[in-house]
Amino acid sequence: MKVEQPKYKTSDEVDFVIIGSGAAGGILAKELSTNGFRVVVLEQGPYLTEADYTHNEIKVLGEDLLTNHPKLQPTTFRKTPQDKAKQQRALVYGRSVGGTSVHFTANFWRFHEIDFIERGKVGAIPGANLVDWPIRYADLEPYYTKVEWEIGVSGLAGASPFDPPRSKPYPMPPLPVKSSGVIFERAAQKLGWNPFPAPMAILSQPRPGRSACMNCGFCLSFGCEVGAKSSSLVAAIRVAEKTGRCEIRPDSYVHRIETDARGRAIGAAYFNKDKNTHLQKAKAVIVCANGAETPRLLLMSANAQFPNGLANNSSGVVGKNLMLNSGAISLGVFEHPLNDYKGFAVSRILHDFYELDAQKVGFCGGGGLDARFDATPIGFALNSLPPDTPKWGSAFKKTLAQNYTRTMEVFSHATSLAREDNSFSLDPDLKDAWGLPALRMTYKDHPDDLKVAKWLNDRALELLDAAGATKKWSYPIVEQEFAVHLLGTCRMGADPKTSVINSDHRTHDVKNLFLCDGSSFVTSGRGQPTMTIEALAFRAADRITALAKSGEISA
Amino acid sequence: MINELSRRRFLSQAGIGVSAAWVSAHWPEMVSAATHAHQAAQSGAAYKFEFFTPAEAVEIDALSARIIPTDDTPGAREAGVLYFIDRALVTFGSGDQQKYRDGLVELQSAVPAKFPGVEKFSALAPEQQDELLHTIETNQTEKAPRRRRLNSGQTFLEALRVATISGFLIDPEADLGNRGGVGWKLIGREPAHSFQPPFGYYDKDYPGWQPAPKMADKG
Repeated sequence: MKVEQPKYKTSDEVDFVIIGSGAAGGILAKELSTNGFRVVVLEQGPYLTEADYTHNEIKVLGEDLLTNHPKLQPTTFRKTPQDKAKQQRALVYGRSVGGTSVHFTANFWRFHEIDFIERGKVGAIPGANLVDWPIRYADLEPYYTKVEWEIGVSGLAGASPFDPPRSKPYPMPPLPVKSSGVIFERAAQKLGWNPFPAPMAILSQPRPGRSACMNCGFCLSFGCEVGAKSSSLVAAIRVAEKTGRCEIRPDSYVHRIETDARGRAIGAAYFNKDKNTHLQKAKAVIVCANGAETPRLLLMSANAQFPNGLANNSSGVVGKNLMLNSGAISLGVFEHPLNDYKGFAVSRILHDFYELDAQKVGFCGGGGLDARFDATPIGFALNSLPPDTPKWGSAFKKTLAQNYTRTMEVFSHATSLAREDNSFSLDPDLKDAWGLPALRMTYKDHPDDLKVAKWLNDRALELLDAAGATKKWSYPIVEQEFAVHLLGTCRMGADPKTSVINSDHRTHDVKNLFLCDGSSFVTSGRGQPTMTIEALAFRAADRITALAKSGEISA
Repeated sequence: MINELSRRRFLSQAGIGVSAAWVSAHWPEMVSAATHAHQAAQSGAAYKFEFFTPAEAVEIDALSARIIPTDDTPGAREAGVLYFIDRALVTFGSGDQQKYRDGLVELQSAVPAKFPGVEKFSALAPEQQDELLHTIETNQTEKAPRRRRLNSGQTFLEALRVATISGFLIDPEADLGNRGGVGWKLIGREPAHSFQPPFGYYDKDYPGWQPAPKMADKG
């Protein structure tokens, strides 16, 4: 499946070196190489393709086939900057060509207008660093449409009365409904809510070189063997490779962006598979390494000119304002088999509570609910049985046998408010297997984040009641200590004193250094960031192309 | 807070707790352990245990058979869980060897304390075995909030429970799985990798998506 690519020498000054091949990096590679530029993409993980993916729980979940490895890349966690961080697995992200878009759920919600202007609407929130984006929904709308059509998103336009305006319908109909979706839809309608077919970055119809979804059920956490899930690998990188101008260089772990005496980036230093270090020279550097690794790389690139980390002189906020997305999960058991392990994760969602009245509910935020099932068998037995189930013995066995096909979840996805103390930084003591400083996560949810999770979860329980669940329960809503969505750590803004990049994704401090991924976010959205990461990447590609063509980057 | 991926990555998450390394730390060898269980099941010859003494094996077999008992359907015993665990303890689970050795000794001493005259757990009637396990469970474990993570500091019995469930429900494909796929049969999971709707009872007669009746009013 791999396409012939150019092989650039590291001494070749290519137009762009892109660090990271995930949701943002893949799209920037496609767009910039299509626009005629010479591009090298450095990906720390291996180049895996459909043939390498597997339904084997052990390899995927246990051996971290597709994700960062806790032994090679240990991390630490603390709740506040006053605490001493303890070593624990603090985050997960994709670590192969295609990044996290290889194994994600593929819930593809657009942001709504409110996500860009919430601060203006609700005012300052004590204890939160809530600000508005320098761009608006209308600026991104054409790029959301581009994502849907170019990457491949299934859905039904106009199905939700809460949807923001769109210029085009989805390119293909929604995926089939699952039993969890039917149960969710009927109950929600009974309650007067507006459930609708979930927009998913999974093909309901085949595209050239890609199959429609086979409903295998190994979706979240797994790579798609038939190319139905719209990863950046199958949907963007393959296009980039066909231009003949883009080289994807896997097993290339970037540890430093080098700068010259003028304070401009000259390229990216990386370890190859054998841990030898190389410097790929480029006219401009674009970091798409995710909301944890992007700030880490900037902080690791500190030098005499940039003592607090690259692109961190003006603001000092690199790594700060981390948002993880709040949320909650309720589970329900039903009389008849749903067999919800078949298919994909989600077929119905609702956005009635996307924008809540802060005055009425007493907190800032909102979110969406989805109907899903995605537990793997061992995980289900250990974690998805009702809490009053005996832990062993014939009653345990009976409940396990009864419930596996009859259980579904209602997952509430919600806002996180930015707090400056929440961050990714360099651990002062712990090193990874390459001798680099480990990631240290500092995180404590804003009280409103826990309130919105609780409020939405109460709706989820109402829904399960209305659906006639024979049993329902929730996981405790507690402060987060583990990160999946990595947002806000190099936020976009007009003011160099409070943000890291401008609305062109250009760092305020380094003219030929651009950042684009979850770190660019100013607010968290309602729990499904990938669609917006990709829309930002398409938009960034247009902005960067314009700057490069006008000679502005190299000037 | 439970995160979307972390909860499904229960095994990786278990790595946070030292003793939960049982399942999380060395998954690759788990494959080997499962394969081993298959081979053990298929060979007619007397099985040579790699970690357990024959006497210990009898006790582990009895214990795992209480965790997932054999009743009208196959249990841990039929799935070859004992062999899976034996292999695990000389490979990825070797860090738990002492826990098993100590745990077995402790358990055996508890047997005559509760049932005078009986020396071995395996010699108890199933009802007595359950009674003893309940006593130990009540004494040892506190009710932890149920989260999508394994708690750290697992006891011998908790480690054995996780191992038994893993050996019972592991993917049977490519020779990796529970013997004869009995675990997946029990839970009703078809082994195919491609399905067509309708998937279950509730989507069988689904007429197609319609907007909520109230939608028109809401505008």
